[in-house]
This record gives sequence, C-alpha cells and structure tokens, in this order.
Amino acid sequence: MKSKNLSIFTNGIIKENPVLRLVLGTCPTLAVTTAAINGIGMGVAATIVLVCSNLVISLLRNFIPDKVRIPAFITVIAGFVSVVQMLVKAFAPSIDKSLGIFLPLIVVNCIILARAEMFASKNPVLPSVLDGLGMGIGFTATLTLMGAIREILGTGALTFTEEIFIRFIPESVPSMIIFLLPPGGFFVFGILVAVSNAIAKKQGKPVVEHLGCANCPSRAACKNAILDGDTPTTCENTVKVGGSNE
Amino acid sequence: MNSTTSIVSILLAGILTNNMVLSKFLGICPFLGVSKKVNTAFSMSIAVTLVMVIATAVTWPIYTYLLMPNFTYLQTVVFILVIAAIVQLIEIVLKKFIKPIYNALGIYLPLITTNCAVLGITMLNITDGLNFGLSLVNALSAGLGFMLAMILFAGVRSKLDTADIPNFLKGLPITLIAAALVALSFLGFAGIGG
Repeated sequence: MKSKNLSIFTNGIIKENPVLRLVLGTCPTLAVTTAAINGIGMGVAATIVLVCSNLVISLLRNFIPDKVRIPAFITVIAGFVSVVQMLVKAFAPSIDKSLGIFLPLIVVNCIILARAEMFASKNPVLPSVLDGLGMGIGFTATLTLMGAIREILGTGALTFTEEIFIRFIPESVPSMIIFLLPPGGFFVFGILVAVSNAIAKKQGKPVVEHLGCANCPSRAACKNAILDGDTPTTCENTVKVGGSNE
Repeated sequence: MNSTTSIVSILLAGILTNNMVLSKFLGICPFLGVSKKVNTAFSMSIAVTLVMVIATAVTWPIYTYLLMPNFTYLQTVVFILVIAAIVQLIEIVLKKFIKPIYNALGIYLPLITTNCAVLGITMLNITDGLNFGLSLVNALSAGLGFMLAMILFAGVRSKLDTADIPNFLKGLPITLIAAALVALSFLGFAGIGG
C-alpha cells in the first residue's frame, strides 16, 4: 500500500508530467515563464489549489451527483483560487503583479479540473492529495525549468531579487530578448517537448503527438457531441498517454 | 482621446498588436487542439467570439452593479459560474431555435467553458477599467484576433502535413515551433495601435 501511494506521488512528477507528458495547462506555462521566479510562484499557487481541491472533491465524491459534477468541481476550484489569490496579494505582491491575470485564471487550468475528474472523484482522500501534490510538483518543476531557460537566454542571468542574481552569460554578450517575448515561449516549449519525447522514445513509451484528449476534462462533453451530431469531433488523432490511474 | 479613435485602437490592438493567442497566451488549448483544418478552426473561433461578447455583456454589469463596492473578491467564482451558465444557455437556445448554427458550432460550446480566453477577456475588461461599450468592442476584437490567429495557423499546419520534418520534432514540437514563427510575424505589428 505504501509503495502504491509513493508511485501515485511520483507519477505526476516524471511519468505523467502534466506539462510535458499530458500537455495540460499550456496557457500559464507559456505566459508566466519569462523568469524562473514567476514559474515557481505560479507552480506553488497552482499546487496549493490542486491539493486543496483534490482533497475536498475526494471527500465529496459520494455526494456530488454525476450530472452536475463539472460545475461542482469548478465551484470548489474557484473557491480555493480566490483564497490563494487573496493570500498572494497580501503576502507576495510582486508575484501577484508579475502573474497578473494568470493567477485568477488558475481556475480554468486544465490540470486541476482534469485531476478532479480523472482522479479525485474516483479515489480516497490520501491518494488524491498525493496525486495533487505530485502533479503540482511536476508542474512547478517544469515551469521553473522553462522559466530558467528563457530567463538565462533572454537576460543572461537568473534574478531572484534585485540583489540576488546569478549571471551565466557575460554582460558583454548582447542578450537575446526574443526568448522573453511570446515567440521564445513557443519555441522553448517546443524544444522541451521534443526532448521529453526523445527520452520517452528511448524508454519505449508513447510519444506525445498532439494535445491529449485522453486527459481533457471536457472529454465527456465531446463524447456526447459525437452521439448528438454528425459533425466530425475535435478529438481526433490523439495519442493516449498513461491513462492507467485506476 | 475621443471614442472613435479609442474604438479603432482597441480593435487594432486586439486583432494585431496584442493578439490574444500570440501575445497574451490566452486560449492556447483550442489554438493547438482545433487548428488542424481551416473550417473547424473557423467554426471554433466563431463560437469563441460569440461566447466572449455575450459573456462580457453579462459579467460587466454584474461586476459593476452587484460586486463593485464590497464583494470584488467574489469575481473569480461568480465569473466562471456565470460563463458556465451562459455557455449552457447558448447551447440550449441554439439547439431549440437555430438548428443549423447548433449543428455547426454545437460541439465546440462545451469546450469553451474551461477556455481561459473567455474568462480572461471578461477579467481584463474589468482590470483595464473599460466602460460597457468599450468592453464589448474589446471582447469582439479579441475574438476576431483569435479567429485570425486560428485561421492563419490552420493554414500553416496544413502545409506542415506535407513537409519533411526532422524525426525528433514530429508531432507537437513542430506545431509549437510553427506557432513560434507565426507569433514572430505578429511581433512586426508592434507599435501600430500605439
């Protein structure tokens, strides 16, 4: 039992890394990673929301009627996002400023809704909390890594506060500001996914070809759409990554 | 600044200089997920634009007249629930009264509830301090910008299908790098809107 819990915890960090393997939460990943410190701030905020919402949804899993579960999950998540938002505003105003609108937008971060739908609503409290924690750490680590890459290439140094910073590229070399701009975000993310794919391939795991429908929180709605209409579905040509949570 | 020039500058900013997908990173999921074919990309962006304008029309009065003095901390909870309800309502109304549009857009509507572009634009309207009319213009311009980015990118992706791509970049990586190049071209618009 203990090793099972451990594997649930580590699952989100490497094997099913939410950003690189499940390709969820791409918006904040691209938007806030202009500096490593922003990546840490975003990651920690999302982790707190993820752990709390997984905890509450797991506790309520036998009480929430199946038909209204998505709105119920969203309400729980939005509640915790508001709490985190107020805490960050009060205690870390500089993080609040650099994350801007992406702090309240944690509420629509697919990772959180996906974990509620795929894991917390089907599992007891302890595994759900561990799952949330693992996924949150995986998210934070990836965001920090990507923020560090973009910051080092874009400014030549890693800056934590105005006094504390580590310079990697000498000041005489002109900095590549493009890495701080939107194209740099897409580019670095593309390269990171390519590297993670190459590692997965070596280990004989499936490669992420496209945004995974298997992990989309709106998948249920999509399925209904196929039954209702005759129009082609948006969930085409996807590769199942992981998906063995039960 | 008189109102006509501000409308023009909001439209220009939303469509070109501050494009929602390519410079604000809102709505990346549909941008990468539904841009395989030009016609699906077009339908999705129509649905997003529609929901954005209607959501702004509903959330702006709610924020200004109900939440404004004392309850602004409820913004996140109220907005997401209102948007979820609006999307459901639009779906029901379209299904009942305008069947052809429902058939074309119906499958995209459930996906829009958790689309950060819609929630993002309603919140940006509040943080930017726009009045009701300009908020609607802003929502419309963001939707049109989304449409432009989606259609351009769908075109780029259809070329990618036949291109000779290095093995390790196949799939999602080359899609992201193509998006980087499209975003790079949009940087060229910087400065137009002032």
